[in-house]
Amino acid sequence: MFELLGITPQGLVAQLLVGLINGSFYAILSLGLAIIFGLLNIINFAHGAQYTMGAFVAWIGLTQISQWLGFPELSINYWFALIVVPLVMAGFGLILERTMLRRLYHLDHLYGLLLTFGLALIIEGMFRHWYGISGESYPAPELLQGAIPLESLGIILPKYRVWVVIISLTVCFSTWYVIERTKLGAYLRAGTENPKLLQAFGINVPLMISLAYAYGVGLAGFAGVLAAPIFQVNPLMGSNLIIVVFAVVVIGGMGSIMGAILTGLGLGLVEGLTKVFYPEASGVVIFVIMAIVLLIRPAGLFGREK
Amino acid sequence: MKLKQITACLVAATMFGSNPVFAQSGPKASGGVVKIGVLTDLSSTYSDLAGPGAVIAAKMAIADFSKDGTVIGKKIELVSADHQNKADIAANKAREWYDKDGVDVIVELVSTNVALAVMEVAEQKNKITLVSGAASLPITNEKCTANNVHWTYDTYALSNGTAKAVVKQGKKNWYFITADYAFGAALEKDSTNVVTANGGKVLGTSKHPFPNSDFSSYLLKAQASGADVVALANAGQDTINSVKQASEFGINKKQTVVPLLMFISDVHSLGLPAAQGMYLTEGFYWDKDDKTRAFSKRFILQHKRMPTSVQAGVYSSVLAYLNAVQKAGTVDTQAVMKALKSTNIDDGLFKGKIRADGKFEHDMYLLEVKKPSESTSPWDYYNVRAVIPAAEATQPLSLSRCKLVTNK
Amino acid sequence: MNSKVKLLYGILILIALLLPFQNFIYLVFAMKVLCFALFACAFNLLLGFTGLLSFGHAAFFGTAAYITAYLCKEAGFSPELGIVLGVVGSGALGFLIGSLAIRRQGIYFAMVTLALSQMVYFLAVQLPFTGGEDGIQGVPRGMLFGLIDLKNDVAMYYFVLAVFLLGFAIIMRAVHSPFGQVLKAIRENEPRAISLGYNVDRFKLMSFVISAALSGLAGSMKTLVFQLATLTDIHWHMSGEVVLMTLLGGMGTILGPVVGAGIVVGLQNYLANIGSWSTIATGFIFVICVLAFRRGVVGEITAHFKNKN
Repeated sequence: MFELLGITPQGLVAQLLVGLINGSFYAILSLGLAIIFGLLNIINFAHGAQYTMGAFVAWIGLTQISQWLGFPELSINYWFALIVVPLVMAGFGLILERTMLRRLYHLDHLYGLLLTFGLALIIEGMFRHWYGISGESYPAPELLQGAIPLESLGIILPKYRVWVVIISLTVCFSTWYVIERTKLGAYLRAGTENPKLLQAFGINVPLMISLAYAYGVGLAGFAGVLAAPIFQVNPLMGSNLIIVVFAVVVIGGMGSIMGAILTGLGLGLVEGLTKVFYPEASGVVIFVIMAIVLLIRPAGLFGREK
Repeated sequence: MKLKQITACLVAATMFGSNPVFAQSGPKASGGVVKIGVLTDLSSTYSDLAGPGAVIAAKMAIADFSKDGTVIGKKIELVSADHQNKADIAANKAREWYDKDGVDVIVELVSTNVALAVMEVAEQKNKITLVSGAASLPITNEKCTANNVHWTYDTYALSNGTAKAVVKQGKKNWYFITADYAFGAALEKDSTNVVTANGGKVLGTSKHPFPNSDFSSYLLKAQASGADVVALANAGQDTINSVKQASEFGINKKQTVVPLLMFISDVHSLGLPAAQGMYLTEGFYWDKDDKTRAFSKRFILQHKRMPTSVQAGVYSSVLAYLNAVQKAGTVDTQAVMKALKSTNIDDGLFKGKIRADGKFEHDMYLLEVKKPSESTSPWDYYNVRAVIPAAEATQPLSLSRCKLVTNK
Repeated sequence: MNSKVKLLYGILILIALLLPFQNFIYLVFAMKVLCFALFACAFNLLLGFTGLLSFGHAAFFGTAAYITAYLCKEAGFSPELGIVLGVVGSGALGFLIGSLAIRRQGIYFAMVTLALSQMVYFLAVQLPFTGGEDGIQGVPRGMLFGLIDLKNDVAMYYFVLAVFLLGFAIIMRAVHSPFGQVLKAIRENEPRAISLGYNVDRFKLMSFVISAALSGLAGSMKTLVFQLATLTDIHWHMSGEVVLMTLLGGMGTILGPVVGAGIVVGLQNYLANIGSWSTIATGFIFVICVLAFRRGVVGEITAHFKNKN
């Protein structure tokens, strides 16, 4: 039967593995957006640009910072970057939220969307201006270079990509746990449902929201660092991903962290399958799914109707 | 109220249409200036292989042509613009240049969709285009125009260079990874023809979106097919990513990765460790002989990078244009085209002749990327493995589908 | 409409009529502004007056563009027929997408329009008749009504101006009619409109279809002006651009989108040679508009005059 479909069982499994790798990538990216969009109701169209920025910051840390600061030996390697970059991006997010986004909460969500859309254009334009379009190379750390041969499937899986799956899923599920199962997460969820009430209990809700946004942006930056060794670090990295990531969050269900994670993984698998049978459609399949889901179950697959 | 205005406009349109009273009713003659326009990709996918370097090349050509910057008593002016790889931006710019700014010739035009769009505008306005960056065959076949020259390379030359050489090495079974747009399809088609004509077989193809960043699934398919050759029918960033990821997945351990189109700027971006051993076909290599070296050393002083074949093509085409204007004694399009097609070109970078269908016929070079150990200086990337004579590298005129040679 | 506003309109139309007599503003540029102004006005009918944000309006602009391009080039249709069929096409598409999208509200509505327009984009890439990356080039402008040769830029300009005024007039009539009042009611407070007995969905759909059809008209005109239709016309960035034009000019005002279109197209033209600055500048304008300039150019001016009185 498989031969009829033009692919062997091993081939199919190999493609699904690759799809899973991409899926874990989508999951980590949509996780940040799920928090921001799903929980805080901020339509963060700058998420893709923040992801790009994360990758660039990692690259700058590795190659440029020695020149900037005049210390020829100084360079932030990959492992440090995994921690430093999200912190830098979180700080950036914090500033954004405090100075600009905060002013729009009382208005229609549309304005948040337009503002972040504009921010995305600025960020991308600036990186394009400084670094051109070709992109910069970011090598994978030595520990993760090379590949693991999988004889039974007849393919070789690069070590780095396996690492991406592991770390993404770890971060995703840790975040889910914190939000859904801990007191801190409970405060966050309560704060988005009924801020005034929570504030009355003495919790500093605006601070919580700022920190949550910062965390979401930090996650985008984290995804950027993960992406840097796989894709060239270039200014357009995020712009094509952004609407896909939004689609993932919408399909997964607003306010559902698990929904975003599972949908991200699922999308990776679906895309992988589509690439096997109808590769030209791999870019549009997510939107078909989104349209269907929105029309049948508008709250998303795992979401709760607000 | 509105109806009156609408009627007024329509009446005006009917009556006043071509009255010369109106300041803007047709393409502008350039007057006392010869204006050359470099329309290229300054900021996007192809900015490295063409882009600002192409503008510098054009400036060098003008400086080399005439010390005082004039031809037939008129001053030579250069303008440049970014088409961002979009046919509509390019067409609008070309239209504006021809109509409003009196530009006489537009050069470079990387990417086929841009070239075709601008050639169309040029034909309408009876002005000249000299295509250096674009590669597809329709430029000198179905979509050929009387006012165009296709200068540097095309997909026929690429497939007859690279594909032929690799098949002849005994690598008969091919798998294509193709960019899903006109250029990718053209490159795949022409290469397939060469492969099958030389006894090879195409086991399968995968089309990837253009542009694309992750090639893992396509590479896995190529691997699963068991082909000898994984051929990349794409360009620019796509090729770089494909090559890198092919190496990541260990594809090149058992199969040969063949980029059907690669420029020295791509090799520079990839680095020799990743690119070594690959075959490619180009129309120009900076280190081929003394003349090319002399030009390139001057070029690198201005651009900080060695010239790609597309940039060399811009130099060559602008120089040839100025020579043709001088020979014809005028900027009149027909006279200049006639002069271009009747002159032998030999400027140290390219040597050949322009045919009736607008194709500049010249030699191409089969190049192999050096191993890191073989490279002794920056940009020392290629071994010239073979010279592909012009007649072999160019589609025979007898097979041309250009309306100029098939007599409509 | 008071006399001051009538005077303003009169002056603007006079300036527009006299444009071909000067050499400063390139006519093709003016035509581009008119086409995008129509697109923005059509979009504003949906956003500013009905309160629905669509993120996929490029689908209508682009669909009509491709239909007109194909019919005029490959099938040899005359320009007016090509335009009419383009408008019909995008109107029909508007009905289709609108019917599906109307079922949801707010951000979900926007996302549905985005998803559906992405599917239209995919079709545009894959279908052979659109020419993929190349688009459809060399579209002949043809002879209008068999009488007027549109190859001449001046004749074409007046034709574009006439069509723009027609579209603008339709929007004005729609807004200043009972139909328009209902739309505004829906924008302000949809539950109340429902409770008043209006079939809200029907009104929303009608607004959507009119908006889509007029966007298509703009797309068809643009195709004839530039004689090509490409993927840029149907890409989601185009949807974003029309939002910017409307926001910048002033949502919910009539002249706002025209001004917004003029500014955005002008900026793009002016900054085109500086590459990335066009993107950065566009981004800045978005940000500043949202933070400090929400009423847009025309909105701010109108408010200023109101305050004065």
